[in-house]
Amino acid sequence: MALPQMKAALTATRLDGLTLPASNGWGNAARESALARVREMGLPTRRDEYWKYTDPTSLTSVDAPEAALFHNDEGPLFDAVDRVKIVFVDGVFDEAASDDLSAEGVTIERLAVAMDADIHWAKDLYGVLEANGQSPVERPLAALNTALAQDGVIIHATGVASKPINLIYLHNDVASDVAIHNVVKVDEGASVTLLETGPAGARLSKGLEVDIAKGGAFHHVRAQGRDHERRAVTHCFARVASEATFKSFTLTANGVLTRNECVIDIVGDDAVAHVAGACVGDGKDFHHDDTVFITHDAVNCESRQVFKKVLRNGASGVFQGKILVKEGAQKTDGYQISQSLLLDDDSQFLAKPELEIYADDVACSHGSTSGAIDETALFYLRSRGVNHRDATNLLTLAFLAEALEEIEDEELAEDIRSRLENWLARHS
Amino acid sequence: MLEIKDLRVDLEEEEKSILKGVDLTIEPGTVHAIMGPNGSGKSTLSYVLSGKDGYEVTGGAATLDGEDLLDLEPEERAAAGLFLAFQYPVEIPGVGNMTFLRTAVNAQRKARGEEELSAGDFLKEVRAKAKTLKIDADMLKRPVNVGFSGGEKKRNEILQMAMLEPKMCILDETDSGLDVDAMKLVSEGVNALRSEGRAFLVITHYQRLLDHIKPDVVHIMADGKIIKSGGPELALEVENNGYADILAEVA
Ligand SMILES: Nc1ncnc2c1ncn2[C@@H]1O[C@H](COP(=O)(O)OP(=O)(O)OP(=O)(O)O)[C@@H](O)[C@H]1O
Ligand SMILES: [Mg+2]
Repeated sequence: MALPQMKAALTATRLDGLTLPASNGWGNAARESALARVREMGLPTRRDEYWKYTDPTSLTSVDAPEAALFHNDEGPLFDAVDRVKIVFVDGVFDEAASDDLSAEGVTIERLAVAMDADIHWAKDLYGVLEANGQSPVERPLAALNTALAQDGVIIHATGVASKPINLIYLHNDVASDVAIHNVVKVDEGASVTLLETGPAGARLSKGLEVDIAKGGAFHHVRAQGRDHERRAVTHCFARVASEATFKSFTLTANGVLTRNECVIDIVGDDAVAHVAGACVGDGKDFHHDDTVFITHDAVNCESRQVFKKVLRNGASGVFQGKILVKEGAQKTDGYQISQSLLLDDDSQFLAKPELEIYADDVACSHGSTSGAIDETALFYLRSRGVNHRDATNLLTLAFLAEALEEIEDEELAEDIRSRLENWLARHS
Repeated sequence: MLEIKDLRVDLEEEEKSILKGVDLTIEPGTVHAIMGPNGSGKSTLSYVLSGKDGYEVTGGAATLDGEDLLDLEPEERAAAGLFLAFQYPVEIPGVGNMTFLRTAVNAQRKARGEEELSAGDFLKEVRAKAKTLKIDADMLKRPVNVGFSGGEKKRNEILQMAMLEPKMCILDETDSGLDVDAMKLVSEGVNALRSEGRAFLVITHYQRLLDHIKPDVVHIMADGKIIKSGGPELALEVENNGYADILAEVA
C-alpha cells in the first residue's frame, strides 16, 4: 500500500542518503531488514492516531535539534550500589570509564562487537521482538532504531546475576544524535537487573528487547537524565514466558520531549509484568508521553501499569495504555492506573486508557485521574507546622509513591526517591 | 493566653455569617470547654483560629500571647504554639504516620530556631508516647489516618499533640467515636499535658469527657456567639436539660 504523500516525503527525506553503521557479521542484514520495515511503514506524523497527543516532528527530522549541556550537580545515581558500570558518551562506548564487562551469572557483550561475532541467540533476538511488536500498532521509530543503533549491550543471564548492570549514558555534545539498542536474554530461572541512567545525547533513540524464559526475572530501573533540552524516544519490547517476571520503572525529570513505549507480550502461564513511571515536569517546554501495550496470551498472568505525572507551569503529559487479553487468556489480572497531579491551571494531561478483552474470566481495571493538590490534606499538614512548600512537596511525593513502590529493591527505590525530593525542592 | 474579641466570621463562598461576635479569654493553666447545639459555630471557631481557608474575618481579633493570630499562616500559628485536634482527622495516603510526625516536629523546632530531633531521640519519644495511648507500631507505619478507625484517628490526634507540645490546645469533639476505655486513655493523655504554661479549649457535646478532663470554665455557644459561661455545673445542666432553658433564658 502506498504511503500518504506527506508520510512518504518525510520518510524519504529522513532515509535518503542515510548510511547504516556497518558490521562484519549478522548486523548488516538485521539493519537492512529493519530499514525495509521503516520504508514500508513510513515515519510517524502528527496525523497518525498513535501520535495524536505527541508531535514526532523533532524525532523524525534529519538533524537532531541541539540540546544545551547540563551540569548535574547531584553526582551519579546509584553511586553506592555495587554494579557493573558501562559508560556511553553521546552513544560512544567509553572503555576507560567502564568496568570490565563481567559479573557472575551473566555474560555481557557490546552490540557493536557482538554483531561481528557468531552469537546465535543475539542474532535471533536483535530486531526480532521489535518486528513482532509492529502489530497491531506500527512503531516505525523502533524499526529505525534497530536500523541505526551504533552500539549498546547484549546481556545474557544464565544464572542469578551477582550485581546489577548499569548503562550510564552521558551527554557531552550539544548536537549528538544517539541510537542505542540493548538486548537481554534471561534463561530459565535466571535473573538480572538492568539500570539505565542519563540522557545519552541531544536526541536519543533507544531500543530494548528482553526475552525472559520460564521462571526468569528481569528488573529494570532507569532515570532519563535532567538535561532540559534533550529529546528521547525509547522502545522496550518484552516477551515473558511462564512463571517469569518483568518489572520496569522509569523516572523522567525534565527534557523537552520524551516518548517511552513499552510493548509486553505475556506468552506463558503464571507470569507477571509490571511497568511503571514517575515523571516530573516544569514549564511549557516539557512534554512526556508514556505509551504502553500489554498483551495477555496465557492463563493466570498479572500485569500492572502504574504511571504518575507531576506537571507544573504549563507542562504536558500523555498516557496511552492498552491491555489486550486474547482469547483463552483466562484468569488474567490486569491493572492500569495513570494519574497526573497538576500543580497549576496551565498544565495538562491527556490519557487514553484502553481495554480489549476476548476472554470471559478476567479481572481488569483501569483508572485515570487528573487533579490538584488536596487542599484539606495541605491544611492538615500546615496546621501541624509544616510550611506550605514542604507540605506541598510531601503530598507530591505521596502522590508518586504508588509508582515508586514498583521498584522492588529498596536501595534503588531510595535513590530514586531522593532524586525526586531534590527535584521538588528545586522546583518549588 | 488566648484572647478572642468580638470575632465575626463569614463564609467566603456564600453570604452567610457563622460567627457573630465571639468573646473568649483563656488564661494559661486553665481548661475551658465549649458546648453548644450542632451548627452553632464551634468547629468554625477552631478552624478560623488555626487558619483554614474559606472563611472571611469581618471583625474582631484573636491573639495568642499578644500575637495577632489572624495575620499568620497556619504553620506560623502552629509554631506559635496553637494546636487543633480535628473533629474529622484527615487521611493522607502515601505519607507514613511516622514521617508525618517527624516532619511536623522538626518543622516546628526549626521555625522556633531549635535544633531538629535526631532520628533516634525522635523514635524513642514517639514510641513512649504512642504506648501510653495504645497506638501500636503498625499504626505508626501506616499512612496518616488511612484505614484508621474513628477512635484510632482521635488517639492519633492526641499523639500529635503530645509530640508537638503546643501551649494552646483546641480539641474539637475528640471524644466522639471513642469507646469508654479509649476515652480514658485520651483523657489521661490530655491530663498528662496539663501544666501551668498550657491551656485547653475542649469542644464537646457530652459531660462524660468533662468528668475526665475537669474544666475550669464552661461556655455555651449558640448561633455564632457565646451566650453563657459558668463553672463545670453548666455542663451538667446541659447534660440534664439540653439547651432549651439556656436558649430561652438569653432570648
Ligand atoms: N465551608 C462551609 N460551607 C457551608 N457552610 C458551612 C461551612 N463551614 C461551616 N458552615 C456552616 O456553618 C455553621 C457552623 O458550622 P460548624 O461546623 O462550625 O458547627 P459546629 O458547632 O461545630 O457543629 P457540630 O456540633 O455539629 O460539630 C453550620 O451551619 C455549617 O453548615
Ligand atoms: Mg463541629
